[in-house]
Amino acid sequence: MSYIGKPKISHPKATKNSIGLTKRDYEGVVSTLCAGCGHDSVTAAIIQAVFELDIKPHTLGKMSGIGCSSKTPAYFVSQSHGFNSVHGRMPSVTTGANAANRDLTYIGVSGDGDSLSIGMGQFAHVIRRNLNMTYIIENNGVYGLTKGQYSASADIGSKAKKGPANQQKPIDPVSMGIALGATFVARGFSGDKEQLVPLIKSAIRHKGFGLLDIISPCVTFNDNKESTKSYSHVRKFYHQVIDTDFVPPAQEIKAKYKKGEAMPIYLHDGSKIVFRRVDEQYDPTDRAGAYAYLRESIKKQEVTTGLLYIDKECDDMHEIAQTSDCPLSKIPYDELAPGSEELANIMNRFR
Amino acid sequence: MKPTNIEDPNYFHKVVDCQWACPAHTDVPRYIRMIAQGRFTDAYMVNRESNIFPGILGRVCDRPCEPACRRNRVEDKAVAICRLKRVAADHRDDITDRLPKIPTKKNGFKVALIGAGCASLAVANDLLPLGYDITIFEALNTTGGLMRTNIPQFRLPPETLDEEIQYILDMGADLKLNYRINSFNEFLDKREFDAVFVGTGAPKGKELDLPGRFESNNVHIGIEWLESVAFEHVESIGKKVLIIGVGNTAMDCCRSSLRIGAKEVKVMARKPRGFFKASEWELEDAEEENIEIIVNHSPKAFVVENQKLVGMLFEEMEYQIDDKGNIDRGKVIREKIICCDDVILAIGQDNAFPWIERDIGIDFDKWDCPVVDETTMMSSREGVFFGGDAAFGPKNIIWGVAHGHEAAISIHKYCSKEDLNHRLPPGMNLASQKMGMHEWSFSNDYDESERRLMPHVDLKERFKQLDIEVELGFTLEQTVTEVERCLNCDIQTVFTANLCIECDACIDICPVDCLTITDNDDEDILRSKLTIPAENIKQDLYVSEALPQTAKVMVKDEDLCVHCSLCAERCPTGAWDMQKSTILLPYAKDDLISNVASKTSNN
Repeated sequence: MSYIGKPKISHPKATKNSIGLTKRDYEGVVSTLCAGCGHDSVTAAIIQAVFELDIKPHTLGKMSGIGCSSKTPAYFVSQSHGFNSVHGRMPSVTTGANAANRDLTYIGVSGDGDSLSIGMGQFAHVIRRNLNMTYIIENNGVYGLTKGQYSASADIGSKAKKGPANQQKPIDPVSMGIALGATFVARGFSGDKEQLVPLIKSAIRHKGFGLLDIISPCVTFNDNKESTKSYSHVRKFYHQVIDTDFVPPAQEIKAKYKKGEAMPIYLHDGSKIVFRRVDEQYDPTDRAGAYAYLRESIKKQEVTTGLLYIDKECDDMHEIAQTSDCPLSKIPYDELAPGSEELANIMNRFR
Repeated sequence: MKPTNIEDPNYFHKVVDCQWACPAHTDVPRYIRMIAQGRFTDAYMVNRESNIFPGILGRVCDRPCEPACRRNRVEDKAVAICRLKRVAADHRDDITDRLPKIPTKKNGFKVALIGAGCASLAVANDLLPLGYDITIFEALNTTGGLMRTNIPQFRLPPETLDEEIQYILDMGADLKLNYRINSFNEFLDKREFDAVFVGTGAPKGKELDLPGRFESNNVHIGIEWLESVAFEHVESIGKKVLIIGVGNTAMDCCRSSLRIGAKEVKVMARKPRGFFKASEWELEDAEEENIEIIVNHSPKAFVVENQKLVGMLFEEMEYQIDDKGNIDRGKVIREKIICCDDVILAIGQDNAFPWIERDIGIDFDKWDCPVVDETTMMSSREGVFFGGDAAFGPKNIIWGVAHGHEAAISIHKYCSKEDLNHRLPPGMNLASQKMGMHEWSFSNDYDESERRLMPHVDLKERFKQLDIEVELGFTLEQTVTEVERCLNCDIQTVFTANLCIECDACIDICPVDCLTITDNDDEDILRSKLTIPAENIKQDLYVSEALPQTAKVMVKDEDLCVHCSLCAERCPTGAWDMQKSTILLPYAKDDLISNVASKTSNN
């Protein structure tokens, strides 16, 4: 952490987005996490992504639970809505918020502890609902806030700064997400923003549940040589299967793709995700194939990254529930609550 | 690009824009920190080490440091460096016990300094402590040269001038006033001196030989007129005065006119604003006194009736300005007479050496300036050195001082029969400023305050007498605010590549986006692919060795770094550190020969 705030001046040549804001306008308070924490890099990538997507700060909802990861919404987009909820319960709170106001963009930030232990049930069910949100897991394999105990995502044999190596099997949120039927599943690395920013942008623009597992090293407790979640280990076993480029509506692709086959997928708002296959065998629209590929790559100890699976046809929560197009929060109270007389009539129908 | 060699003192010296721009390389951030701590005397001495006249320069320096100040690039106004120098001078205690001790036993060498201006005085200041026998020859009856004759008293009080010159004279210089040398040849032939330094300035005002120039007594040459005002030979001027030229001398002329009787003063400029030679702040000060600056008027003739000047004929010009902002060509729109009682010509100065014979081994160039070596300050005649305006034409006081330091080194070497070109290189100390987890030895928080404005004497009050100093000096509150505006550019961001784990923390926190981790490349390409492209090519890129994990490089664009230390605070491994670079510039006293040089041992 720093004692001084980040100076308010910025580079005079800093670009502005289409709504006239600079990247600095999307910042939050200065991080109080450890210096060098991967989570701060994820924060920076989120700032970059929402800046590039021209999102109006007041149309953003930042949701979180408990843990180092869940502190991070304080560090981006100060001018937005936010809810720091109970441990592992961010999915339910976000479901409630989204039910009430479907017009907001929801970014939930969770961690491997918050999502894969105490919040596992909530995590599975928010996938099942295909809630329209971006769900980021800042995954570092330890409980940093309580001094570095192994979390459910720690690999067998991985060793943190202190104590014996982990012996329990890890839960892989990406494999689980695909198995549970998540409609957008990606993995990134806090140390590779070139890949991470387009992934976050794609997840935000995907209509439905966008799961992003981001390996985000814990610089204090789990960045030693023997750890499989350290900066150096991830870089060594980094395996990007697919290159993702996010193209907003009405912007032609200028880059020409040299190696691999470029494959565009159009999203509901007219933007598109352009894939460039790094691994010829990989097809991000083939759920079974993606799952099988992941099982193989885990055996090889690879850290597989990229947009691993996408299904853009599946209905989201509001479509399944056939709710009103107008956010409930914007429907006048009289219409929303027809009064006790009308309620009695309704109740009578069930008597 | 190759990794930046930060062991080269010039690399970090360049980052300290103000110090780099100062001809005498005054350690500005260091003295500003001292002022912040209330150590005015220490701050004065840091100044004195390099620029010798902090009280004088704190008022009238041409301030090459301020346009260079990083703050101009980060926001729009430089730190008021010059004003802070005056704060140190105004509030210092007695410094006489801190001046160098003068050896009672002289080294036997005699050096003559011709002219008692800033350059000669700088030579005396550097050589007297080494045991030299110094004689200063001055044609006028007082010291200071153009500092006294050309800068009006309302800008530079004589007491300030006297005090700082006296420090040097008290070191034991033999001052010969009213001693005009009419033949350099005769002077040199006497062989009384081991070395001679010429610091006679550029004392000749440029003439404007237009019709009618010599038909009246009301056309004056700026610097001569200012000298006459300074010595009270001239005590009045007409009601309407035109100043021709728009340099700093013109500003002094117009403001002096107002103080001795002029009511309506116009400064006539040939070119549009933006092409003026005068410093921005001198223009502001003149305009505050209701001086009118009229642009695009090219003088054509003096209008004289019955041997009395009644006006001046001008051609009104219209200029085309090309893409690069240069004046392309002008055309005359109309002619116009502007009435006046007096005209002062302030269109430049020339060197004049009528007293130097052209056949005594001192070469002159086609502009009739002596040929002087820019490093050693020696002319083509061995043992004869030049400095200040006398060397390379009109510059300013701080250049004169810088020349004096270099000439002193050369004279010292010359007398010791050492190679003049074999000069000590600059050195540098680098020391970490980390005091604790989040604590630095300096005020690293960016202060958003705007530049403080110098308080002035009331507009009515100031014209009552010629010698009322207009600038009052910063108040305590202004000083406290202004010192915090300094960005401490000498506290450098130093990077150790093999400690970096590429976590991006520094890049994410940098308020001005000056850091990037990327694949190495040629400078042009590297500049274009930084987080924000580095378009200011005057500012260097700091390129690291290959990083351990990815073999990419850390690149820092030095242009806009505000030295806030956040990169170093957010770095988990200490790869970034804030280290103070102290640039060690050699003076005559630093040459080891100073201990052994004496005339007897060399004989």
